[in-house]
Amino acid sequence: MNTATFSIITAAVGLAVMALFHWLSVDYAYFAGYTILQFIVLATAWNILGGYCGYVNFGTAAFFAIGAYSSVFWYKFHPLPIPLLIVLGAVVSGIVGLGTGYLTLRLRGAFFSIATLAMAVVFQTLVVNWDFVGGSRGAYIIHPENFELAGLKVHYIEYLFALMLLLAVIALATARTIERSRLGYGFATIRDDELAAEACGVPTLRLKLIATTLSGAFMGMAGAPFPYYIGYLQPQSAFALDYAVNSIAMPMIGGTTTWVGPLVGSILLGSAQQYATVTISSAVNLLIVGLMLVAFVIIAPNGLIGLVKESLRARRRS
Amino acid sequence: MTALLHVDNISKRFGGFVALDGIEIEVAPGERLGLIGPNGSGKSTLVNCICGTLQNETGTVRFEGQALDGLAAHQRTRRGLARSFQLPRPFHSVTLADNLRIPLLYTVRAREGMLHAHSDLEARCHELLDTVGLLPKAGRMPRDLTQVEMRKLELARAMAAEPKLLIADESMAGLSHSEIDDILALLVRLNERGVTIILIEHIMSAVMSFSQRLAVLVSGRKIADGPPKDVVRDPEVVRAYLGQ
Repeated sequence: MNTATFSIITAAVGLAVMALFHWLSVDYAYFAGYTILQFIVLATAWNILGGYCGYVNFGTAAFFAIGAYSSVFWYKFHPLPIPLLIVLGAVVSGIVGLGTGYLTLRLRGAFFSIATLAMAVVFQTLVVNWDFVGGSRGAYIIHPENFELAGLKVHYIEYLFALMLLLAVIALATARTIERSRLGYGFATIRDDELAAEACGVPTLRLKLIATTLSGAFMGMAGAPFPYYIGYLQPQSAFALDYAVNSIAMPMIGGTTTWVGPLVGSILLGSAQQYATVTISSAVNLLIVGLMLVAFVIIAPNGLIGLVKESLRARRRS
Repeated sequence: MTALLHVDNISKRFGGFVALDGIEIEVAPGERLGLIGPNGSGKSTLVNCICGTLQNETGTVRFEGQALDGLAAHQRTRRGLARSFQLPRPFHSVTLADNLRIPLLYTVRAREGMLHAHSDLEARCHELLDTVGLLPKAGRMPRDLTQVEMRKLELARAMAAEPKLLIADESMAGLSHSEIDDILALLVRLNERGVTIILIEHIMSAVMSFSQRLAVLVSGRKIADGPPKDVVRDPEVVRAYLGQ
């Protein structure tokens, strides 16, 4: 299946879900769905660096927040349409990703992870002290009730949902294309053995920079519409630890070596969190993530996809 | 004829320890050079300096007349300098065929600057696996391999880069006689196809039968270089190996 077909099918599935929500006409479905789609983008983005290349990034929240705050900046400076804000968010986060890559990719393992965590703290401090985007007070973003384009009039949340759906399709199609390309093989060699990779002619530093840039850009994309979704953005919520933890946990639970893993993990964990938020309390969220992560590390260290592959292989042998 | 590889006065130290001290080696195109020396004599450091894994402090490595100073390891591989590692370092998460596809994608294709058809690539992978006798296991993972097979994979992967010079770093340690013969035959066949080979080895029978010339490293210095039969009788070499 080529990328175009894949994108069309994924988009069709998303549109079918959207049609269902529209028919149900429950706004909450869009709110919950948006969050899950946002996590699909974040988890897929994280997986490009963390899963394919094996560099565990704890700074997801920073890239996400950079996307979100670049939107806040433009909202205060000169409001722009959201699709354009998404592109701008991607550019800013991508550049930050590239810079982070240059500074940190000579570090390996836990040291790299600590550096990304530190980077998140640095950016949070910068935003807290930047008055123009609200500083520690936060910023209000007021969006119109409806989105109108060429006579079409929909609830704003439907519009945001559709945008996030598009981003999810783009992220998944990109991840899947990478996996099957020369780049994907190169990423796998970085995960396995960088010294051997260099000996095979793989330009490891350049590939790692591509990965950090792409990964950062997608996280920024996911963050750009967020202020419009939440209405009130403050540093604590944009830089929340939840983003970092979730975007690691979701690919881990689904499986990190293919694009399917983050997708499955996000849907599973995202839905469970939404369910818990409504039925019990939003504070249970992280507990669920923690418990599932522990369970999966013990039962299925290669995620659900790994579990399925193992059982298929075992069946083939017997 | 000019040398294919010219290691010119290379030195490398780790802190106060001098690992290489003014090494001078020339390798002619098509030659089979054996490189021996006791443990810790600097053989692997020399390979790492030649291949760009380590940067030498003084001196220059010239390949086909061009200085390689400052080039990263992958750039040297693309120029035709391939190596196998002392301890096999396969890519664990991909199949054997993919292990070979990677150097094909990243060196041969980068060098020729054109897109190999998918089927070409596939055929070349299988051909290489067949050469080392691993074709039946093309779809398996490296963890399913035995030690010998792992070493064969390591060599096949170095061969996949279509090198002009192949450095085989102790690819026979711990193998049985027949397995050693297998790998030696493989290297000789490769050499007959025009690939220059540097063999680093402890197993003297293998080195003696393979090498046209022998160089000896001791404590980071080259103490002998010449026809294998003469070198092993050299009093200094005997002293280095057996003591006085």
